[in-house]
Amino acid sequence: MKKYISFLIYICLIGSMLAQVPTGDLLIKNGTVLTITQGDLQNTDVLIRDGKIAQIGKNLKTPEGVREVDATGMYVMPGIIDAHSHIGISATNESTSPVTAEVWVGDALDPYDIAIYRALAGGVTTSHVMHGSANAIGGQCETIKHRWGLMDPGQMRMEGAPRTIKFALGENPMRVHGIGNGVQPRTRMGVEALFRRAFAEAKAYDEAWQKYRTSQSGGSKTKAEFTPAPAYNIRLETLAGILRGKILIHCHSYRADEILMLMDVCKDFGVQKICFQHVNEGFKVAPELAAFGATASVFSDWWAYKFEVYYSTAYNATILAKNGVVTSINSDSPELNRHLYHEAAKTRRYGQLSENEALAMITLNPAIQLGIDKRVGSLEKGKEADIAIFSAHPLSIYAVPQMTIVDGIVRFDVKKDPSDMRVDINPEEAIPAFQESIGGSRQSHEACMEGVLEQLFLLGN
Amino acid sequence: MKINIFILILLFSLSLSAQEVAKSRSGNFALTNATIETVTQGQIQGSLLIRKGKIVDLGENIAIPDDMEVIDCKGLSIYPGMIDGGTQVGLSEVGSIDLTQDANELGDITPHVKALTAVNPNSVIIPVTRTNGVTTVITSPTGGLFPGTAALINLHGYTPAQMYAGFEALVMNFPSARSRGRRDNRSEEDRKKDMDKALKKLNDLWDEAELYGKIAQAHLDGKAASPTFNPEMAALAAAVQGKIPLMIEVNESKDIELAIKWVTDKGLKAIFTGVAEGWRVADQLAAANIPVVTGPVLRTPNRDSDRYDRPYANAGLMAQAGVKVALRTNETENARNLPFNAGFAAAYGMGREAALRAVTINPAEIFGLSEQLGSLEKGKNATLFVCTGDPFEPATQIKYLFIDGYMVPLDSRQIRLYNEFLEREPGLKE
Repeated sequence: MKKYISFLIYICLIGSMLAQVPTGDLLIKNGTVLTITQGDLQNTDVLIRDGKIAQIGKNLKTPEGVREVDATGMYVMPGIIDAHSHIGISATNESTSPVTAEVWVGDALDPYDIAIYRALAGGVTTSHVMHGSANAIGGQCETIKHRWGLMDPGQMRMEGAPRTIKFALGENPMRVHGIGNGVQPRTRMGVEALFRRAFAEAKAYDEAWQKYRTSQSGGSKTKAEFTPAPAYNIRLETLAGILRGKILIHCHSYRADEILMLMDVCKDFGVQKICFQHVNEGFKVAPELAAFGATASVFSDWWAYKFEVYYSTAYNATILAKNGVVTSINSDSPELNRHLYHEAAKTRRYGQLSENEALAMITLNPAIQLGIDKRVGSLEKGKEADIAIFSAHPLSIYAVPQMTIVDGIVRFDVKKDPSDMRVDINPEEAIPAFQESIGGSRQSHEACMEGVLEQLFLLGN
Repeated sequence: MKINIFILILLFSLSLSAQEVAKSRSGNFALTNATIETVTQGQIQGSLLIRKGKIVDLGENIAIPDDMEVIDCKGLSIYPGMIDGGTQVGLSEVGSIDLTQDANELGDITPHVKALTAVNPNSVIIPVTRTNGVTTVITSPTGGLFPGTAALINLHGYTPAQMYAGFEALVMNFPSARSRGRRDNRSEEDRKKDMDKALKKLNDLWDEAELYGKIAQAHLDGKAASPTFNPEMAALAAAVQGKIPLMIEVNESKDIELAIKWVTDKGLKAIFTGVAEGWRVADQLAAANIPVVTGPVLRTPNRDSDRYDRPYANAGLMAQAGVKVALRTNETENARNLPFNAGFAAAYGMGREAALRAVTINPAEIFGLSEQLGSLEKGKNATLFVCTGDPFEPATQIKYLFIDGYMVPLDSRQIRLYNEFLEREPGLKE
């Protein structure tokens, strides 16, 4: 009996640890609702029950006990999604090998990173937190929701979001491994060879397991038929997951030729789902990207910080979109991350996209790229209540985010925003240190390469 | 005759395709039916006339001379060209490639090197920047205590001399007591000691330069032998004697206080740049009457404990305290984002009008060029642009651009790539 009770307690404990993240109820009244999928609705209410959008309509009744938010004169849009970020993690690059599929930034989540709160203050509710770009095949990434205030790293995860992995082409893996460490790849030829080798090994590994599993399920066996289990290898297991379509590739890329190369490799190995990140020369091969069904997640205007982005254009997003490529605008920076709505607005200057096309690039399109578009990315009944409220149209330079809601809970409110919003205030730290702050592409384009120099230095290179 | 014109057009288009960007042309232009945002004298509905590089007239009902090329600006607005108070435009081409970097000379004390020397008039970055209405920028050397002399340049011209816009300043990076980041293990006391040491070094150097200047002057007056050739000292002496203004980069609030004290004690005319924590000491800056070039506005807060919007609000908070504020991007290839930096400052407390002044007339005044630049007034340089509305709004399109009366085509490599690849030929090969 005692055993039974302690077992029950144990089950309860586990249960509470795995408990769902908190959700809330809210009625946002009388705003201009930018749904993304169903047009812009004037003087419209959004009712949130239990963290989900329960109803969108005019003059909705306020259910008892539900807080009202007056959005008169304001704009209500889906929470912004950043498809490329490195916030909320304490490590970015495992730059010790050109292939590190076995590592996962989900093991390094840091719910105390103030960048999460600052992103909320820019209307961003979800970030695709990525491994860095030092390795041709980097680590696995994590899609997080900005549930600022929760201290359990696990509660940052967007539970159920598809697994993703970082790939990287061009200068970064060439510089770190070929030039820095004297191992392949040192050229874009070497990068292709590396992918083909890795995928071939993963395929053989997967086939060995298939064979083993078939032999196990084949009923009674004679000794001669016995197949030993292959050695479990987490790196190959992860790569096999890519081949099986269970893990989405998000590939750091710049030049047109290397983009074509990876599509060819994927074709040969039957990999269909790929999102090219940065993809500054995507505009040169937009028809090929569209034909493959690949998607693109781009900077609004970063260029010239290294040679492979010298022949870039701020019209990249427009050219890609007009050629039928699902395109998002990302940050790759805790600074741009704060004003993705403004980054999206630049597509209005560079190519005159429509307001809805521009907004889709920071909502629905990144959601599609992360495989979470059934849950977030537009304002529709049944979707998760991740919402940003702005003082003016979010594509106007004068728009100021007023309130950001995650799962129906207000996580940022401009009216309740004291100076210090850190969660982990350290009493020993008399004066918080002044840091050179990040601004402009020259200062911050290396977010992808965070930690690499130190690792190279430690390795004696 | 018809054939001749055809051949001319063909030749013209051929010559276009061989250029980096289309060619500018000078002329006499009448911009009519426009909303003229003068900045200094309100808004005028009317015409603006350009002759020999200058604004010769503007107003509601002015006569249009016959020899002028008329550009109908119905529904469009005219603004003075925007001035970026701090960039490395022309000094740096590709960020990661050292051999394209000309901003940071070796050595801690190199006041004698001049940014204007190394400005590349054909940098691909220049047309990309000006097509957003940024016509004039400070391009500045970086690194060390005295990195060199910065220059104000127009983003048009084929030699640095043609681009030079009439202002130079000696750049100083003020010593800092702040922590150098997470790996800085110095105690607060040690940091203070280091700061005292750095200030002593600066003051000794300054005294030396003063002495050098006196000897050089005595030599000119025939009272002393020539001092040993020392270009560093000669450059510093010019600043000591007030012959060239100082642009002092300083950001942390305690450092700003020390810098205010330093220039006040020395009786120097200086412009502070950066000034990231100016909002903490805005009253002191105002009292000392020190103009400020601050930015970028679009950056992260300097302390984890700061409100998220401090960088956006900084310029406005200083302006409200009475500081004369100009903006900068501190950028190279994306100095084109100056209007958006101004827009964020406007939205977070500065207001649109003050933000507009901070990228036009304020920098012109701070650089001593208020007779030439920064507003649309009779007699000023015809450095301006015509656009579909508020230039801070991303959706606004720039339609025409003039620098010193030259009509500069709105063309850049980025625009050419757009034209070439929007509907690529061949598209997908069957």
